[in-house]
Amino acid sequence: MALANVSATARLAASWRDPAKRAFALQVLAVALVAAFILWVAGNVLDNLARLNIASGFGFFDERAGFGVPTSLIQFTPESSYLRALSVGVLNTLLISTMGIVAATVLGFIMGIARLSSNWLIRALATAYVEGLRNIPLLLQIFFWYFAVLGALPQPRQALSISDSVFLSNRGLVLPLPIPQDYFWLTAVVLLLSLVGWFFYRNWLARQRRLKGRVAHPRWIGPAIIVLPTLACWLLTGGPLTWSMPHLQGFRFVDGLTIVPELVAVWFALSIYTGAFIAEVVRGGILAVDRGQTDAARAIGLTRGQRLRLVVVPQALRVITPPLTNQYLNLTKNSSLGAAVGYPELMNVSGTILNQTGQAVEVLAVTMAIYGSICLAIATLMNKFNTFVGIEER
Amino acid sequence: MAGPTRDNEAGMGPLMLKPFAWARLNLFGSMADAALTLVAAYVMFGLIAAAFQWAILDATWSGESRTDCVSDGACWVFIKVRLNQFLYGFYSTHEYWRVNLAALLVTITGGWLLWPGSPHRAIAAIFAITGLPLMAYWLLHGGVFGLSVVESAKWGGVFLTVVVALSGIVLAIVFGVLLALGRRSELPAVRWLSTSYIELIRAVPLITILFMASVMLPLFLPEGISLAKVLRAMIGMALFWAAYMAEAIRGGLQAVPRGQYEAAKSIGLSYWKSMGFVILPQALKAALPGIMNTIISLVKDTTLLLLIGIFELLGIVQAAAADPQWLGNYVEGYVFVAAIFFLFCFSMSLYSRRLERRLGSHHQV
Repeated sequence: MALANVSATARLAASWRDPAKRAFALQVLAVALVAAFILWVAGNVLDNLARLNIASGFGFFDERAGFGVPTSLIQFTPESSYLRALSVGVLNTLLISTMGIVAATVLGFIMGIARLSSNWLIRALATAYVEGLRNIPLLLQIFFWYFAVLGALPQPRQALSISDSVFLSNRGLVLPLPIPQDYFWLTAVVLLLSLVGWFFYRNWLARQRRLKGRVAHPRWIGPAIIVLPTLACWLLTGGPLTWSMPHLQGFRFVDGLTIVPELVAVWFALSIYTGAFIAEVVRGGILAVDRGQTDAARAIGLTRGQRLRLVVVPQALRVITPPLTNQYLNLTKNSSLGAAVGYPELMNVSGTILNQTGQAVEVLAVTMAIYGSICLAIATLMNKFNTFVGIEER
Repeated sequence: MAGPTRDNEAGMGPLMLKPFAWARLNLFGSMADAALTLVAAYVMFGLIAAAFQWAILDATWSGESRTDCVSDGACWVFIKVRLNQFLYGFYSTHEYWRVNLAALLVTITGGWLLWPGSPHRAIAAIFAITGLPLMAYWLLHGGVFGLSVVESAKWGGVFLTVVVALSGIVLAIVFGVLLALGRRSELPAVRWLSTSYIELIRAVPLITILFMASVMLPLFLPEGISLAKVLRAMIGMALFWAAYMAEAIRGGLQAVPRGQYEAAKSIGLSYWKSMGFVILPQALKAALPGIMNTIISLVKDTTLLLLIGIFELLGIVQAAAADPQWLGNYVEGYVFVAAIFFLFCFSMSLYSRRLERRLGSHHQV
């Protein structure tokens, strides 16, 4: 009996000394612990839900939402369903993220290049922008734009206006809205075709240049290819576009296109904040390009603009793209802070749904899954771009 | 682009040139440059003058209420009157000494830990993750040694921001190290679990995790166990930032040469000993810039707690500025909060850059 015990212990000790068996045992243990934890949590959730009389499942998404949103890209009324509310949120998140990414990229590239300017003052201003803005919390910046700047604008009745067609007040920016009439699509199609034609013309021109050296072609041909057919079509169909002009009715504006202050505040804050980070990314990318490249470009007589556009930036892009992707992802995730000032993006809408239905688990799971998918989509797109700008190995 | 600076091109530092020559080179290099300089200078002076006028010249410094602020300038009375609330939240007034004492403890430990070349840092580090949190909890929450209990619902302002940030940093580093080791582990199951956790967390915004911590965490626990809101928020912060910290530390682990792993193994160190004594000290050093960046982001993102109804610094200032008595004092409040965060984050980034240079110099060949 005792002998059997000893040998069993010894066998166990021996297998513990065997790295392969130990690794297997540790992994089984790790997986078992995590699984046990998840089961424990799931059990608790089910118990608690039963106790609180909350039905689980996604059925509530078809129910009437009962709340309104200040701005939406699709038709939405309190009568619409929760699912439609969620779509409003997703579309607004996509809108603000796209707007933010475009503006932050432009601002970031300008500031990043400005940080390396030969002009001391420009360099100092760009440094102050980068160091100042990225060390102040984004939420504070959103509040600043929303409450301190846009909130301080006059009431609609005293709105600042440009020739009575564009109005700026504490209710947002109101612009004339173009409304396409019959046959407007024809002009759009012609414009698209002209752009395709222009593209082929450019390629043809570039090929001629490569084959024959300098090719004398009047500069106006390119723009003319785009403008003339479109203009002709526009005039022939009788200018098929009317404007819906905003005007004051009571205490608010009607007609026209209203850009709500929430959108403007979140957009400004997101672009300016992320722009500061992108500026650092761009600066690092440009510094990573060998100094000899700039010298060589100067030696063959390229101007400052050409050196930057043809030699430095294309090479810097390879270094810039991966961290730039990170910044785009950050911006998209940070757009959820729009919820703090009531901009109806995804987080704001799901917060409202969560409060009304109490379906915390389902709502948060769906919200997280959507954010995850958006981030995955951006990362995939940017990886494609990265391959595109990468070095072609020969 | 003409290289980093024209100072370098001239082959000498700016101080070695006469002011006029320096200005010609660095401000008026060409016609376009000169125009740019003039426009930038005009805009800059306009902004600085306006800010100075508002914040200093026209500002009201003394008084007790909104009615004392009659000028167009800043109403600093708002900050002055509410300062205690902005610093301590709703903590009982005659118990402020407890917060101050805890702050002193943290400062001493922090100074010991961060001062370049201070002795016995390991002891400080161990104290920072064991004794300090315990003592701080006793002091701040009370209920032992005859100290009266101050519920965490009463905590707020700068004090709460610091508590959440520090606990977040410490927990995120501890979990982050474990997750980073897990992600680089030789055991596939451990590697897979760590990687999925890190990637899942990094795919969602912090708010969703904070919402989860505030509304879902109570559902996760058995009936009868309830955690204070602040504690739930701390758990949420730690879970979220651990993933980012893990990525920063993983970068450091990858920078440690393979030979170090093999050498540690060959002298017979166990996994944990080789990690603790050989790999991690080098990896953390290499990961320092990333860790500092994560810490700075974490500190800034403590402001998000206001979204789940916790009155950290920005939340309490926002609430005060929305008070009818002080309505319209947003800018003063924001300037105050921005200044505090800026000082904190900017000095941390300067410290990190200095440290990078100092540590980096050892590796130069």
